[in-house]
Order: sequence, then C-alpha cells, then structure tokens
Amino acid sequence: MELADLVATAQREIAAAQDLASLDALRVRYLGRKGRLTDVLKGLKDLPPAERPAAGQAVNRAKQQLQAAIEARREALEARAMEARLAAEAIDVTLPGRGQSCGGLHPVTQTLERIEDLFAQAGFSVAEGPEIEDDYHNFEALNIPAHHPARAMHDTFYIDEHTLLRTHTSPVQIRVMQARKPPLRVIAPGRVYRCDSDVTHTPMFHQVEGFMVDEAVSFADLKGLLSDFLRAFFARDLALRFRPSYFPFTEPSAEVDIQCVICNGDGCRVCGQTGWLEVMGCGMIHPAVLAKVGIDDEAYTGFAFGLGVERLAMLRHGVNDLRLFFENDLRFLEQFG
Amino acid sequence: MKFSERWLREWVDPPVDTAGLCEQLTMAGLEVESVTPAAPFFEGVVVGRVLSVEAHPSAGRLRCCQVDVGSDRPLSIVCGAGNVRTGLLAPTACDGARLPDGTRIRPARLRGELSEGMLCSAAELGLAEQADGLLELPDDAAVGQDIHACLGLDDHIIELSLTPNRSDCLSVGGIAREVGVLNACPVHAVDTAAVPPACEAAFPVTVAAPQACPRYLGRVIRNVNPAAATPLWMRERLRRSGLRSIHPVVDVTNYVMLELGQPMHAFDLDRLEQGIEVRLARPGESLRLLDGQVVTLDEDVLVIADASGPLAMAGIMGGAASGVGERTQNLFLESAFFSPGAIAGRARRHGLHTDSSHRFERGVDPALAHRAMARATALLLEIVGGEPGPVVDVTAGEYLPVRKAVALRARRLQRLLGMEVAPQKVQDIFQRLGCAVEAVEAGWRVTPPTARFDIAIEADLIEEVARIHGYQNLPVVRPRASLAIEGGVAPRRQRHRASRLLVDRGYREAITYSFIDPELQRLFDPERAPVALSNPLSSDLAVMRTSLWPGLVQALIHNLHRQQKRVRLFEIGMKYIKQHNEIKENLVVSGAVTGSLWPEQWGAAQRPVDFYDVKGDVEALLRCGGRAEPRFSARPVHPALHPGQSAALLDERGDCHGWLGVLHPRLAQALALEQDVLVFELSSHIIGEDAIPVFRELSRFPAVRRDLAVIVAEAVPAGEVMDCVREAAGPLLRQLQLFDVYRGKGIVSGKKSIALGLTLQDFSRTLTDAEVEALLERVLAHLKDRLDATLRDQPGKDKER
Ligand SMILES: [Zn+2]
Repeated sequence: MELADLVATAQREIAAAQDLASLDALRVRYLGRKGRLTDVLKGLKDLPPAERPAAGQAVNRAKQQLQAAIEARREALEARAMEARLAAEAIDVTLPGRGQSCGGLHPVTQTLERIEDLFAQAGFSVAEGPEIEDDYHNFEALNIPAHHPARAMHDTFYIDEHTLLRTHTSPVQIRVMQARKPPLRVIAPGRVYRCDSDVTHTPMFHQVEGFMVDEAVSFADLKGLLSDFLRAFFARDLALRFRPSYFPFTEPSAEVDIQCVICNGDGCRVCGQTGWLEVMGCGMIHPAVLAKVGIDDEAYTGFAFGLGVERLAMLRHGVNDLRLFFENDLRFLEQFG
Repeated sequence: MKFSERWLREWVDPPVDTAGLCEQLTMAGLEVESVTPAAPFFEGVVVGRVLSVEAHPSAGRLRCCQVDVGSDRPLSIVCGAGNVRTGLLAPTACDGARLPDGTRIRPARLRGELSEGMLCSAAELGLAEQADGLLELPDDAAVGQDIHACLGLDDHIIELSLTPNRSDCLSVGGIAREVGVLNACPVHAVDTAAVPPACEAAFPVTVAAPQACPRYLGRVIRNVNPAAATPLWMRERLRRSGLRSIHPVVDVTNYVMLELGQPMHAFDLDRLEQGIEVRLARPGESLRLLDGQVVTLDEDVLVIADASGPLAMAGIMGGAASGVGERTQNLFLESAFFSPGAIAGRARRHGLHTDSSHRFERGVDPALAHRAMARATALLLEIVGGEPGPVVDVTAGEYLPVRKAVALRARRLQRLLGMEVAPQKVQDIFQRLGCAVEAVEAGWRVTPPTARFDIAIEADLIEEVARIHGYQNLPVVRPRASLAIEGGVAPRRQRHRASRLLVDRGYREAITYSFIDPELQRLFDPERAPVALSNPLSSDLAVMRTSLWPGLVQALIHNLHRQQKRVRLFEIGMKYIKQHNEIKENLVVSGAVTGSLWPEQWGAAQRPVDFYDVKGDVEALLRCGGRAEPRFSARPVHPALHPGQSAALLDERGDCHGWLGVLHPRLAQALALEQDVLVFELSSHIIGEDAIPVFRELSRFPAVRRDLAVIVAEAVPAGEVMDCVREAAGPLLRQLQLFDVYRGKGIVSGKKSIALGLTLQDFSRTLTDAEVEALLERVLAHLKDRLDATLRDQPGKDKER
C-alpha cells in the first residue's frame, strides 16, 4: 500500500477511536514494534540505496503525523471521559445537610453574658455569692433592720428565722467589701427569689448588682457609667433620666428610666403610655453600709446599682411574658439562636 | 397615695398643667403611678329638682315624676328609685344624654307612661361601685347646672407610688408643701386654729407606755346628731382618694388623715369604761377588730385600753365593740403620735395593712396631733354638731423625736455630686424645705422640719440638694480608676466552655426553678431530705432541689406534650444539699435527653439516643477541664437510674462526682414517660479545674499499630479488658482504641469478642517486630491470666503508622 494511503487510513481510524483502549490498539497496530509503519520502515532496506533517504524521511514524517494524531485524540478522549465522570458524579446540592442539631444558650444567659462583657470593658470583675443567705447579709448589713418598711417590698422566702433565699444580689456587695479592700469595681450576677407570682412576677429571676468604691467616686460618675452601659446594651443613643428614689443601702438613690425601646418614647402599652421604662435602681452607697464593712467613708465613696436581667432581655428581644423564660419551651428557646 | 388634683390646687396652684405637675412630682422622687379622670366620660346630665311624684298607673314599683331641669318646662320622668321624693335634687340625664356605659337617653314610654329622661344614681354616673337610690345633691345645687360643674368633676385623680422614706407626703398638705418647694410658690394651708371647748366633758387618759406613745390627745364631743350625713363634697374627695364613705364621724377622721396626714380614731364614748389607758398588751389579751377578725395580741403590741380591756390596736385598727355606729351620740376623739418603732411590723404580723399603720410605721409628724384635733373638731361641729370638751393632752416631750441639726460640708457635697452648687442655692433649697439653716465655716448646719423622718445624716442633706436642684441637672462624667489585673477568672471561663460544648453538641440551655415539688423530689432522690422553705409560694415550689433532674425532666415532659419528639436540654446551676446542719450549694452541669440521636434527616440511619451517646457528651465535658478522667462505674447505683444502664463517676479515692444513665423504668412510669430519657449530672469542679497541660517531647520514630480481638465472658466489662491491656503493655502503649464488640456466629454463647487497636511507640528508637511480638505475648498472657480471655484469631495485617 502507498504510504500516503496508509497514513490516511490510520488517521481516519484514530479519529474514529471511541476510547483510550482502542486508541492504544491503533498505536500498536501502526507504530508498535510489529506495526504497519514499522513494517514499512523495515521494507526500506529493499529499496535502492539512492531512494532510501527520501523514503526514510517520508516514513518518519508519517510516524510523527500519526503520533501527533494519537496524542490529540487521547487528549480529546480524556477530556471527554473527565466530563462524563463529572456529570455522573454530580449531586443535588440543594438537599439538606446532615449532622447534629444546633443547641443554644438560654436568652437570660445570653443577656447576662452581654451585661458582663460590657461591664468588663470598664474593668468590672464578676463576683458570686450564696443564694441561700443569712438575714444579716441580705438585710441588716444593707441598712434594712427588722421591721423596716422596705422589707415589705421584698417578699422573702425563708428557710428558718435567720436563713432565707436572697431577695437581691446586693449581699454579694457586702461579702466582697468584707473580703477585699478598695478600689473595687465588681458586678454580682445571679438568681434571686421573691415570694410573688403573677403576670409580671416570677418567684425566681436574675439580677446583676454592681458597685464601685474608690477615692473620688461621685454621682456624676454613676450617671456616666450607667448611661454608657444602657446605650451600649441597647446599641442605640437612648434618652435616659435619673430620678430620685429610695433604697435603704444608698443615699442619694435614683431610678434610671430609659426612653421606651418599643415605641421610641411615643407611649405604648409596655411603657404605660409614659414613653419611659424603669430599668435600674442605683445610688451612692450609704455611709452606714460602708461602716458595717469597715470602709472609711471619709477616705472612700462608692456607688451601687442593680438591674433585672429578665427585664432587659424582654426589652431587647420584645418578649411579652416573663413566665416564658422558665417554661423552657423549645419553640421559645429556639428563637434565640 | 391617691388624691384629687383640684384638692391639691386649693392648697398650691403652680402655673403648670396636669402633665407638667405630674412630671415635676415624678422627677422629685414622688413617682406618679397613674393619672385618671375623676369621672368616666358622660354628657347631658344636669341638676334636676323633683317637683312632683305620682304612682305609675300600671307598675307598682315605678313612680311618675315631674322634674325641673331649668328649661322652659319640666320633664316627665318615670323612676323606680326608693329615695325619689318631692323636692329632691338629683342628677338628671336629659334627651340626648350619654351615660358612662354608653346608654343614650331618648324619650320613651315605660309601661305606657312617657319618660323624657332619667334620674341617676352615683353608680350610673360611674361615681361609685354600687348605690341604692338616686344620688342626692346638696340643697344649694343650681337647677339646670351641668353635673360636672356641680360636682367639680373636671378633675384628675393622681396616684403616687411613694417610697417608704417619704411619709411626709402621705397627705394633700404634705404634697402641697413639696409642690410649693419645687415651684417656689406659696402654699395655703387650711385653718387649724384650736377650737375652744363648749363644755367641761372630759374623759381621763393615762399613758403607761410613753416611749411608744409620746403624745396622746383626747377630746369628748357630746350630743352629736346620729342622723347627720356626710356632705357630698367630702364624699367625693374621699372617693377620689380611694376611700368609701362609712359614717360621718369616720369620714371626718379619714378626711383629716388625707388632708393633714394625721391618722385619728373616734370611739363611742358611751361604750368606754372609766378611762383610756395607752399600754402594751398583756399576756393572753385578744381583741375583735373593726373588720371582724379576732386577734390575740403579742406583748409588744401597743393598745388603747379601758377598764374592760383593749379597745384598739394603737395606730393600726380600732376594735369592733368601741367604734362609732348609727346610734352614737357622744364621741371620744383620739389624735396621737405613736413611735414608728412601736408600730412597725405589728400590723403585718396579723396580715393587716391599714392607712393608719402605713403612716405610723413610716412616721407621722408629731406636731400634727393638735392641728388635726382642731381641724377634725371644726369639721365635726359643722357636720354632726355637738359640744366639744377640752383637749386632754398627755405628752412626754422627752420621747418625742428630736430633729437634730445635721452638718453639711460644701466640699463633701461637691465630692458626692461631682459638681459645685452655689452656696446661696443650697441655703435656699433648705429654707424652702422648711429646714432651719445656719451657714457655718465651709458648710451649713441644717435642722429638718418635724415632718421629715428621713433626714438624719449628711448624705440625706446631699440627696435633698440633688433632688430639688434636679437629678437631670447633675453632670454626667465617666469614672476614673486605677486599672488592675485581678486574675481568678478560670471557674467562670470553664463554665462558659462547658455550656458552649453542650450547645455545639445539640443541647439547649434551660433555666428551671431552684425549688420544686417535694413529691417530685422524693421520686428522684428518695434518700435525701431536701431543704424546705418555711413559706413556699405553692406546694409545687416547696423544697430546694437536690438535683437538677426533676426540673429538667419536667421541662422535657412539657416539650413532649407539645409535639416535640426529640429534646436535648442542659442546665448549669446550684443544687442545695443539707449536710450536718449546714446547707451546701453545689454547682452542677446536668442534662436530660430523649428521642432520636440525630435530628430528622435523609440518608442516615436513625436510632434512639442511648447510653453511649450521652456518655460521649459527658466524656467531652470531662476533657474540657483537662483533669485526669474519673472512672465510670456500674456501682453504686442511683435510685433514679436504671441499675443496668447507669454509671457513677468515681475518682481514685472512690468519691462520686456525677452520674449518668437511663431514668429508672419505675420513675419513667410514674412520670408517664413513654420513651427512654437519659440524664447526666456532673459536679462543676471536675470540669472546672484548669489543669495546666505539660508538654511532652514528640517521638521522631514511627508508631506501630497491632489489632487484637479477644474473647471474654459476657460479664467481663470492657473497661477491665482495657485496664488489663494497659497494665501489661506499659509505657510503650501510646493509644488504646476499642473498635468493635461482637457476639453471635463464631462466638460461643455467653461470650463476646472485643477488638482493640494498640498503638505502640518508643521515644528513642524504632520498635523491632520481635519487641512488638513479645509485648503482645505479654498482653495476651496477662489477659488470659486475669480475665480468662482467649485470642479470637490471628490479628489482622500490621498497619504501619
Ligand atoms: Zn412605649
């Protein structure tokens, strides 16, 4: 057969090869040790010597042509195979993922941690104290003697005559001041208990008490700290007001109102149409309290404040029923991440 | 404290509207709780005079009246009220009138007779809860006048929520004084000039407890008119202060209390024997109170007594036997000062809280007794008539509260408020508050008025300056402080870490009550006596929990009842344990799990969560503490847990630090649980210890893994097999992995095969095959020796690591 015909046939066959195996068979058939082109090469020795160089060059050219054709065909086949594989391996990425479900922290814990983080920025550390307290730390040391009318405001759970469930976390203030020397910047978060239950009261809730004692702490500092805190907590530039109030363990005392975060101060059901929400109590630590823990009130002054964690959580998340916090209904808990 | 704005404005009338007045009060520490109109909305009601009353021709109980309402002709009105009579002045709703309940008045026929309007009772106008008969208007009411003008109903009821220190504002006069200070405007007090006696009648008074009762004023008023009625204006003021009209004499004492702040009491003189004695109760004495209840009096209760025994709990409540009634003709009027300490707590002890005890507990101005006596006498003479006797005054001046002068240093004022207040302003504030002020070196000496029980130290004076100056006018600055690093944060961080770990493993945090139902407590922890509350809110919140399980399982059940099938809850909180008369609060981490291991999903085999899943969570918790892991032991057994599917966490000394397991089937039954519930509880200290990890050199030589499968009796715990391997293998064993437990084909019944992977490595060289084989021989020999374990088959091909 003419070399040209041979090359043309081979090229046709290569182009028609449908897989790498048949392509390899073609390679063997034409270029292998016993291949057709090798046969032609072997046949060169039968030619007259003068024709041999030209014929040899032609065969080599044909060989290179076929090698190139096979290589090109291989690349094409490989690309096609990869495409086919990828197509076969494709999955439905819209099917849901698998694995363990997501849990979450209770909204009260989230709120507590937010409060702790914010006060930590101002250098307040966290202290804890017993929930089952004695009368002294819960009342006496806080300038609330027996029969004081303020006791009527704390509907107290008693274990026995001298032992009770703390009605606020303020006793931690006493314990810290007894144990440590000023300067002090401390917050005391925790569970507190009041013998009271209705739509707006649960017998257990959480409070954060905080206080600062140093050489020159003033009411102006208290206003500054709490303004910063409340604006940071609600992440808005809220209007605030401090108004006179009464706590036996502070003097002067104040309530802190914020502009209602539900209606922005226009008046709504949550704020009783006043546009204001009472969120904290605070004041300058009463000299009698400092005296009880042995801090010289001429050398040091201090302020203290207290807030209800559930109340802040309700306002931040728009929760309208306090009791939901303690039902632990998954449909409620799941809303808080 | 509730009061009528118009009443207050008679005393002091600052140029501010109602809203402005309320804002002032709130910002001065007298928080306004509510402002409501003095009457609900109604219109078209005027003063009418009944001209004639005739029987209704066909209805026996109805009458046909002609009523003059000031228009050109009288109205015909059919009326069924018992007190309708000729000459009566009563509110009359005319054609087109609208009543508080929405009724519109139109001419209509009632049982055939034309009725062109309606004669109204106080209840129908929303001025009383209930009423029998028409509201009778005073004789001088102007016929045709709108009833709002007649009764002064264009008024607001302001309710203050007063803090316990401000007893001086428990009266209209007291509030007026405060409003006067805030607005720097004059206050017009009512006339309280003494009323001279008109007869000699007196009743003797002795005070045996002068410390508790430093001042007692008594006065007889003879021959009062038993038929007299309380005038409408007084009834309206009482109503607007939330008090019901009871009896003209009682109404007058209540009125004076609201007006001046002095609680008073009136006795029926004819029911008193010999004389009044103010003394402490004697053992065993009891008294029937005005409200009907009989109280046995403690010996620290001050009583007003006569020869027959106690008549009243002083300053708290009068007795039923000696009070004034319909037939009372002669009065004995009391106006006293009782020391707050002698009254405080006594009322509460008997479940009482009266307007009187509320005031005396907080402090009543001792200077008021005389003024109140005069005011009450004058009002009584006006309303019930009679002849007053002289005032008997028993005062032990040495026991009256003394207002001491308090020093205020200008420097201290500035230091506490963070600003300087002009000396002239300070002086002015105290003067307006009724204090005696004296400027001294670098400050002032201030003597508070007798009405103020809350000003005793310098800080109290500073508060007054701040309050009147206005808290809103005080500066706002950021605190300055010396910064220190305090350390000691680890326990809280560990708690945070533990909660995050559980959250990441699919648990939701719950917060349950610290007190639970004693019944539930017994079910979960029958062997421990819980700490009980002496005054629980309800029987299901009566004892302090000794475990978090009851609360968590209750929450879990709450969710199962709400169509949840899969619940994973945890809580970190205290449990309360009584130990040798001491109560310990132990922080624990607890969980309760039920339902499938995975949330519902496609393409994965689903199965219920089991012991080992929860054990995996517990092991993860233990690892986050970095402490040596405690042992999981099948013994001891917790009474709330399945004895065959639970474990105690024991330390090397055998002390228990926690539990996990399946709830005991009997307990599950008692709780009506239809699916297995798994629980765990760990003492926080075993995950809270922040052990510092110590670095070990990394080996540069390859590790060798050999797998072994051994056959042991069913009763041999896997933990013992692993312990046995560790003992025999020694320090070359880097890691021991249990990867299969097999029973069934090829294994004799009553036995099981346990497959273990041993990873061996040395720090100084590569282990030779011979060394590895020797070690395995040792391990197998030890297993055979200790647990009668046999090799299942040749270990699989070596896996080089
Ligand atoms: Zn609002």
